[in-house]
Amino acid sequence: MPGKSNIIEVRNLKKKYNGNTAVDGISLNIAHGSCFGLLGPNGAGKTTTVEMMENIIPQDSGQILYKGRARDKAFNQEVGIQFQHTELLAFLTVEETLKTFAAFYDKHLSVEDIIALTLLENIKKSLNDKISGGQRQRLLLGLALLNDPDLVFLDEPSTGLDPQARKHIWEIIKNMNKKGKTIILTTHYMEEAQSLCDTIAIMDQGRIIEQGSPENLIDKHCKDMDSPKNMESVFLKLTGKRLRE
Amino acid sequence: MSFKRMWALFVARNFEFIRDRAGFGWNILFPFLIVAGFGVMFSSDARSEFKLGIFPVTPDRMIVRELKIPEKLKAYDQIKIVPFETHDEAMDKLLHHKIDILLENGGEKLRYWISDSSPKGYVLEKMVKESIISEEMFASRVIKQQIKGQQIRYIDWLFPGILGMNIMFSSLFGVGYVIVRYRRSGVLKRLKATPVTAFEYLTAQLISRVLILLSTSFLVWLGCDFIFSFQMQGSYFDAFVVFLAGTLCLVCLGLILACRGTNEELTNGVINFICWPMMFLSEVWFSIEGASSWVKTAAKALPLTHFLSAARKIINDGATLSDVSHEITILLVMSLVFLSIGALFFSWTK
Repeated sequence: MPGKSNIIEVRNLKKKYNGNTAVDGISLNIAHGSCFGLLGPNGAGKTTTVEMMENIIPQDSGQILYKGRARDKAFNQEVGIQFQHTELLAFLTVEETLKTFAAFYDKHLSVEDIIALTLLENIKKSLNDKISGGQRQRLLLGLALLNDPDLVFLDEPSTGLDPQARKHIWEIIKNMNKKGKTIILTTHYMEEAQSLCDTIAIMDQGRIIEQGSPENLIDKHCKDMDSPKNMESVFLKLTGKRLRE
Repeated sequence: MSFKRMWALFVARNFEFIRDRAGFGWNILFPFLIVAGFGVMFSSDARSEFKLGIFPVTPDRMIVRELKIPEKLKAYDQIKIVPFETHDEAMDKLLHHKIDILLENGGEKLRYWISDSSPKGYVLEKMVKESIISEEMFASRVIKQQIKGQQIRYIDWLFPGILGMNIMFSSLFGVGYVIVRYRRSGVLKRLKATPVTAFEYLTAQLISRVLILLSTSFLVWLGCDFIFSFQMQGSYFDAFVVFLAGTLCLVCLGLILACRGTNEELTNGVINFICWPMMFLSEVWFSIEGASSWVKTAAKALPLTHFLSAARKIINDGATLSDVSHEITILLVMSLVFLSIGALFFSWTK
């Protein structure tokens, strides 16, 4: 349902790598203020799809609209992105990294607020190559939120975090969503998707094979199942138990 | 284009360079060590370019003035006399080019052996022949003319070459290699997700590197000048302009290497492939005067050749900027071409 209520509209998106189809004609709409989860086994095409939406890699064909129009210079000012695998400049401190990135945007939140939000106060003077994996993940999230974005892409934001840190990240994401920010999330944690997302799309072999709210998906696919009625059961039923990659 | 973004990237890159103590220290130490090494070599008796073996002589008891060879040979600074007890031992050294000529000590006639494949042996043979001609006969046939003006020490000629070589390595590795590493590790991908443009990023990298290289070169110059008292014939401002143009050109060449690729090993190989010809053809260590014309033509295609030519004209010969305007123009044109290619083909991710 294209229209003003959608912040992102994707039409028949395709991408091939060396002749192999990674994304095979995906179409989807993401509503303003929603938390949209993109799930799928390894190699399903999630990252490729999200990176095309982020304008990091070009699509072979298809159309991506942001706020009803083609993405322009304003896009990078208004979106925040957390990649899963990103190194940062090793010899900058956490605080300097945030200040450097803040200078890239026309408007941004204060660095102190981001440090407080992501609990980086104790390590703000530490060099980036001296912080732990969990601290680095929080810093990457802080960088994604620095410009007070309308749309936030989060690629497996809680991977490698301990349960406490993961719950903290979830709280930040829920609060952002409550403030009307749109979130596009990829994750391998079904519990995370079920807890945070109001809409979930499941991908396999470059296509979206199912889409809906977590409750509807669970109702639809777990009705006659003996196994627990949750997103993991839905996911395994739709994508199978065969090991991928 | 945003100056605020460029400034933030410029400051961040400078912090990266200065806080990387190993890299920063090496950039200062490397040229200083080379110049210091050459200074020590050329201040000792290492000026002896020819090695003359002599037998039979007991090495521990050799007294040069008592050797029964022409007196002139004993007086040459350029000849180092190496004693051997036996002919066989000395011949082995001659065959392995450890000595350039072998003389018999105290024979009825002056007997000598040389290797036909040794270029130094050929010259030394001429010196041996000349040594048996009397001074009177020599003086009646030739007139020696003194050269006028101040002679240039080798260390003064070499110094601009060492600085240029250091700038070349630091430009290509510090820009080309580093940006490829940033691309592979995802740093550039993270920047692509911000409003930063390729032009802003490359300009910040370029200015940062030029500033750092000029500053470190200045420190090396000060340190070396304190020890060796370099003779500066031209103006320091003119030398600065030439170093600025040369550094800019080499950093821009680094940007071409940085524009694509994620393979650090390949980039390392390509940089070495570019650096080594420049080391030899651009006259870092020695002049290519007398080399074949195609070698000289090839050398003119290399930015370091024009950089060092202009730097030496100013430092060694007292030339002015107008005298080296040809070289500066070539460096600036090359910079523009390299920068355009680098910016045109730059990719954040591949």
